[in-house]
Amino acid sequence: MTDNVLLEVRNLSTDFVMKRGTVHAVIDMSFTVHEGEVLAIVGESGSGKSVTSLSVMGLLQPPGRVVSGEILYKGRNLLELSRGEMRDIRGNHISMIFQEPMTSLNPVYTIENQLVESVQTHMKLDKKAAAARAVDMLRLVGIPSPEKRIKDYPHQMSGGMRQRVMTAMALSCDPDLLIADEPTTALDVTIQAQILALINELRGKIGMAVLLITHDLGVVAETADRVVVMYCGQVVEEATALQLFERPLHPYTLGLLRSIPTMEDSDADEPLYMIRGMVPNPLNMPKGCAFFDRCDRRMERCRTEMPPLYEAEGRCLRCFLFDPDGTGAAS
Amino acid sequence: MTEPLIQLKHLSKFFTVDTDLLGRTTSLLKAVDDLTLDIFPGEAFGLVGESGCGKTTVGKMMVDLYQPTAGEIWFEGQDLAKLSKRARRGRCCDIQLIFQDPYASLNPRMTVGDIISEPIRINHLVPRDQVADRVGYLLNAVGLSANYRNRFPHEFSGGQRQRVGIARALAMQPKLIVCDEPVSALDVSIQAQVLNLLSDLREEFGLTYLFIAHGLNVVKHISDRVGVMYLGRLVEVAPKRELYRNPLHPYTKALLSAIPVTNPAQRTKRILLEGDVLSPIDPPPGCRFAGRCYAKAGCTGCACESEMPELVEVSPGHFVACYLLDEGRRVLAGEVR
Amino acid sequence: MGSQDDFSSGPLREQPSENFIADEAMALGETLPDSGGDLPEIDETFHEKPENQWLEMWRALIANRAAMVSLFFIAFLALIAIFGPLITPYNPIETNMANALRGPSAAHWFGTDQLGMDIFSRVIAGTRISLTVGLLAVSIALTTGVVLGSVAGYVGGWVDTVIMRVMDMMLAVPSILLAITLMAALGKGIDKAVIAIGLVSIPEYARIVRGSILSIKENDYIAAARVVGNSDFRIIFRHVLPNALSVIIVRGTLGISSAVLDTAALGFLGMGVQPPQAEWGDMLGRARGFIFQAPWTLLFPGMAITSTVLAFNLLGDGLRDALDPKSRIK
Repeated sequence: MTDNVLLEVRNLSTDFVMKRGTVHAVIDMSFTVHEGEVLAIVGESGSGKSVTSLSVMGLLQPPGRVVSGEILYKGRNLLELSRGEMRDIRGNHISMIFQEPMTSLNPVYTIENQLVESVQTHMKLDKKAAAARAVDMLRLVGIPSPEKRIKDYPHQMSGGMRQRVMTAMALSCDPDLLIADEPTTALDVTIQAQILALINELRGKIGMAVLLITHDLGVVAETADRVVVMYCGQVVEEATALQLFERPLHPYTLGLLRSIPTMEDSDADEPLYMIRGMVPNPLNMPKGCAFFDRCDRRMERCRTEMPPLYEAEGRCLRCFLFDPDGTGAAS
Repeated sequence: MTEPLIQLKHLSKFFTVDTDLLGRTTSLLKAVDDLTLDIFPGEAFGLVGESGCGKTTVGKMMVDLYQPTAGEIWFEGQDLAKLSKRARRGRCCDIQLIFQDPYASLNPRMTVGDIISEPIRINHLVPRDQVADRVGYLLNAVGLSANYRNRFPHEFSGGQRQRVGIARALAMQPKLIVCDEPVSALDVSIQAQVLNLLSDLREEFGLTYLFIAHGLNVVKHISDRVGVMYLGRLVEVAPKRELYRNPLHPYTKALLSAIPVTNPAQRTKRILLEGDVLSPIDPPPGCRFAGRCYAKAGCTGCACESEMPELVEVSPGHFVACYLLDEGRRVLAGEVR
Repeated sequence: MGSQDDFSSGPLREQPSENFIADEAMALGETLPDSGGDLPEIDETFHEKPENQWLEMWRALIANRAAMVSLFFIAFLALIAIFGPLITPYNPIETNMANALRGPSAAHWFGTDQLGMDIFSRVIAGTRISLTVGLLAVSIALTTGVVLGSVAGYVGGWVDTVIMRVMDMMLAVPSILLAITLMAALGKGIDKAVIAIGLVSIPEYARIVRGSILSIKENDYIAAARVVGNSDFRIIFRHVLPNALSVIIVRGTLGISSAVLDTAALGFLGMGVQPPQAEWGDMLGRARGFIFQAPWTLLFPGMAITSTVLAFNLLGDGLRDALDPKSRIK
């Protein structure tokens, strides 16, 4: 992992303007992805993690719009590019795989068709060379007998295979950054293990960086170098994976980790820890900290003031408990 | 020794996938194949397996949504297939189902109150003037305010909708509830709430659960015994602690090992299965797991591929269907390598 | 991924797409008090009043200008149909050969036809016939089609095959030809026209309803209804059909416009009303010979037909947009 910054997102804000009101899906979000590293963005529904990745790729549909911020890829602000330039970035430099491999592949074309098309568009190879590269990509992602399987249609393949094909398509043009939006959520756990192993392997082989979007902390623990935890559109904790899992600090991260049924729990049959309450209504966000209602360690000031992102304990935390000037005591 | 509440005896469900011109079946999807299982009153039995293993089909057969192709279901000592239609309808009060998808399991045109009261009304469980009270009681039991009865499902979040589904299942005061992946579609922080709710309700109402899940981690907190299914067959059954401490079947081991560990310092070497899950359509003879089994390395033409292993009790309460663990049978099949 | 009914399928329906933000926006944001770990807590707060699906639809419809204009026009037509005989300046069937083929004037707003009958009065009188036939024919077709389609869709198997093949056979023949053949068998007259048009329209409703039911049937809440002990009959009427209602309403509205058109067509061919009764299609038919010398004999009945058909079509489209949950997220 080098220190070269590949992608830098600064103060990104994305809104969805609807009849009922405006939803601030992403609020003032900043993060960086370095060459060769895996950054995971973790959050539940409504956290804004998928919107973030769509904003980066320029795939937002109305009523969603980026309202402020910069998305710098190798120094160029992606938000200022023309559509043609953005198309060039997509696929060649930044590539994306999605959650649902079934609907991400066109059912009426063979795999070969889709892969070759993708390769030809981005790498300007002739048909024969593109076909050869396509087979190589399938081999790279671990599909057995790729020369035969390439002639299949998507429906002839299982979910895990399709996800591998999607990965092959995403990688076919040697991108520097792969954005993986919930790549294993729709897959069985044994297949998920295979895909995660594949991502790790590919990282090693081709030195690719990965922006992994997921809600599954287990997946994060397996693959990520650094983690950004999102809640209601904001970053609440940013740390290395080791730091985060060894010592989660933000009350939300703490709660999340504790409420997951994991295999390491003691055999005692206690009830699972649960974070009480629910995610607030995005149209009616409370003043102050978004996690206030559900927090075990809230203070009076959390009710009315929104905590900024503090740097503490070697990481970023959005919580007054870590205010260097204030008292860190819980209520 | 208590009598089991429900007994599945050699239960099979096959779906016809393809027929020839004369209507004879040429291709068969064996969703559930010769499954035998007893569930005892008050216990929570976790049934685990990946997609296509047939666990949901088992659940649906128990509530009469599917008719078994072969085998029997005995409830409280009665063969359900032998009951008259009316008696079977009466039995439906005893076995209920909680669905996986909270967004599709509630009729969008009915209020939540109607959804919960419907089972009570159509089965005449309670005098009409008491129905409203009962609905309020049920809503409270699952942690929702009784004032929500006039709301429509789309006004609720996923976790709340699932609570409504639970209240509906409870409405008929069943003895057994089949929970078909009730938390898969929910956010992580809500999963814990609903799992705890299900545990609490089990204690309060003395329920028996068949808890269907795709992951061994989810099932761990709520089950007493756990069964693992693969492609329509039960491959291992054991009390919870025994299964997690001492998994025997190669598939169970792979399944356990595949669960991501939330500790990056422990990125263990895990068992990675080759290839994909076979299709349950026209499966080959022999053990369904044979094609992917890593433990039978180097053994070809053995009994694993030609004969289907049966569940054998290898220690009290711990059953496994695998030739590699049963020395006696292995030798018998002539497979000594 | 659009409405809340439309999430991705798969073994795990986990994180819905960002359109879910819009749906989350409709969810209540209450909090549960501190959990003691024993029985689940009760939450008491709620913010919004309960929502009625029909009210939503109505609001969406009001926003659609074309649909509202059509609605008012249809209401206007209904009034004319009801009060017709009271407002016609002349007796619609009273001939006056001396006044034949007079152009529009102060005395005769729409002019007169070749028998001296006042076209304005005849158009008004024709409104009643067209609307009545339209509504009656659609009612017949709709009820029969809904029943047939529901049974076919829900029961499936050979019942489905038999019903739908019969429907296919009916659809294979152009509806107008079929109607004419029926009329030939039944004889002429407005009541026979109602039956003919009604029968001929059944297959399209049966098809639409069957399709709707096939997709609704797959939903978990239908399975849930069965698990709690609903009979098949109750499931169809209490669970499946109400969810297909929006499709039925839209199709029915559009169907009225087809029925009006079919009525006019039959009338044009001389198979509907009997002379000298006033009916728009019949009026058109009679005007054939006078297109160039007295275009008003064609123009006004023609406009009546066109505007009525257009109004019902626009209303039907408006209803469909208003009832489609996906368009609400805008």
